[in-house]
Amino acid sequence: MTLLGAYVPRDSVVHRAPAGAKLVALLAVSVAVLAVPGPWAVTSLAALLLAVTLAARLRPRHLWQQVRPLRFAVPVLFALQWWSLGPERAALLCARLVLLVALAGTLTLTTRTSDVLDALTAATRPLRVVGVRPDRVALVLALTVRSIPVLVALSDDVRAAQRARGRERDVRAYAVPLVVGTLRRADALGEALRARGVDD
Amino acid sequence: MALFRRSRPAGRPAGAATGGASPSAPSHVAAAATADTTDAGPVVVRLDDVHVTLGEREVLRGVDLELTEQRVGVVGANGSGKSTLARLLNGLVLPTRGRVTVGGLDTAREGAAVRRLVGFVFTDPDAQIVMPTVAEDVAYSLRPRRGEPALDPEERDAVVHAALVERGLADHADHPAHLLSGGQKQLLAITSVLVTRPRVLVADEPTTLLDLRNARAVHALLRGLEQQVVVVTHDLDLLDGYDRVLVVDGGRVVADDEPGPAVAWYRRAMGAS
Repeated sequence: MTLLGAYVPRDSVVHRAPAGAKLVALLAVSVAVLAVPGPWAVTSLAALLLAVTLAARLRPRHLWQQVRPLRFAVPVLFALQWWSLGPERAALLCARLVLLVALAGTLTLTTRTSDVLDALTAATRPLRVVGVRPDRVALVLALTVRSIPVLVALSDDVRAAQRARGRERDVRAYAVPLVVGTLRRADALGEALRARGVDD
Repeated sequence: MALFRRSRPAGRPAGAATGGASPSAPSHVAAAATADTTDAGPVVVRLDDVHVTLGEREVLRGVDLELTEQRVGVVGANGSGKSTLARLLNGLVLPTRGRVTVGGLDTAREGAAVRRLVGFVFTDPDAQIVMPTVAEDVAYSLRPRRGEPALDPEERDAVVHAALVERGLADHADHPAHLLSGGQKQLLAITSVLVTRPRVLVADEPTTLLDLRNARAVHALLRGLEQQVVVVTHDLDLLDGYDRVLVVDGGRVVADDEPGPAVAWYRRAMGAS
């Protein structure tokens, strides 16, 4: 399972909460946690995360899947921050980052992508007056989410082909087929969208 | 390649259901599917002296066809123009010269209305699946188009659920689409098209990326639909039971007959007899 499309269906109050409300709450908590220094903010955030996880009937492995991509970046960040700010502030900063990503992950885990997109479409509706098309914004976001696993698979195929030809270290042998393949997929996707009446 | 054309018996009426009917469509989708004035009977697909030029290359040259049969297969070598022919039928490709009409609607001038009548299934379902999860992709097909009212979310979910149950995908409703098998992805792509209740379904090599079992399952599904179906395929054995098979070569329809003689002719022409 990847971090995308990781919705975990459950019957819980967190799942039933409107996507827009969850997005606004996430934004408010993020701003508050970043604005308030010190360990209290981190402790409160951890308590909130625990409460949301229990209420949503999620398991620890679900949260681990959300924060797993940080496992390489956080040690580097921690080392840099220790060097410049000292160990205590480095630990707080990294803890804040991991907890916020986990909290954002609970949104992904408890909300269907389509509900998030509906909420974003509604939120961007006032921007129609300046020429923004909310349905297009939602479509772009959906395609972004959908395209990531497709491009990861394409990248894996290209890497396998590189290895088969003994060209593991050749950047051009990786980049050229990846770019060409991506453009071909973009073409095919555009055609499929037309076939499904997106321009209609 | 010499032209080979024999008289054909008329196909079964397109309105005759042969099982595998799609779930009840919401009212606005059903309304969209009646663009050619009658809801029953075959949709007449007509190509009049159609030429298609892509860049310097003339891909189709003077194609005249009238398709009314329930099941039409299209075969031909790579680069023969058969995929372009398929794309003409719902306006994805427009004729450089000539005219294509579906149910009397001109694909060049009434493309949106034509696409409501004609669904299209591509070879690679990954290029066709837009939304991250299975149910969401089917639901995406039910979004309101221009001038249509939005569906009530509960009604939309019910239609999506019924469609997934019918195709055996209900257990995967909330699964990420990219985690499905190749066969399941193609099934999802077809479900997402059929949920809008098109009158005609065009499929461009829908089984090329599938193993034999999944290929047969997809063909069985297509064969059982109540819609008119036009399938471009290299699986010659799977055309048994079709009403008509077109052989395309060099941008022309060079043979047009029942499956037996048309496929036999194609095999001979390809040196594969």
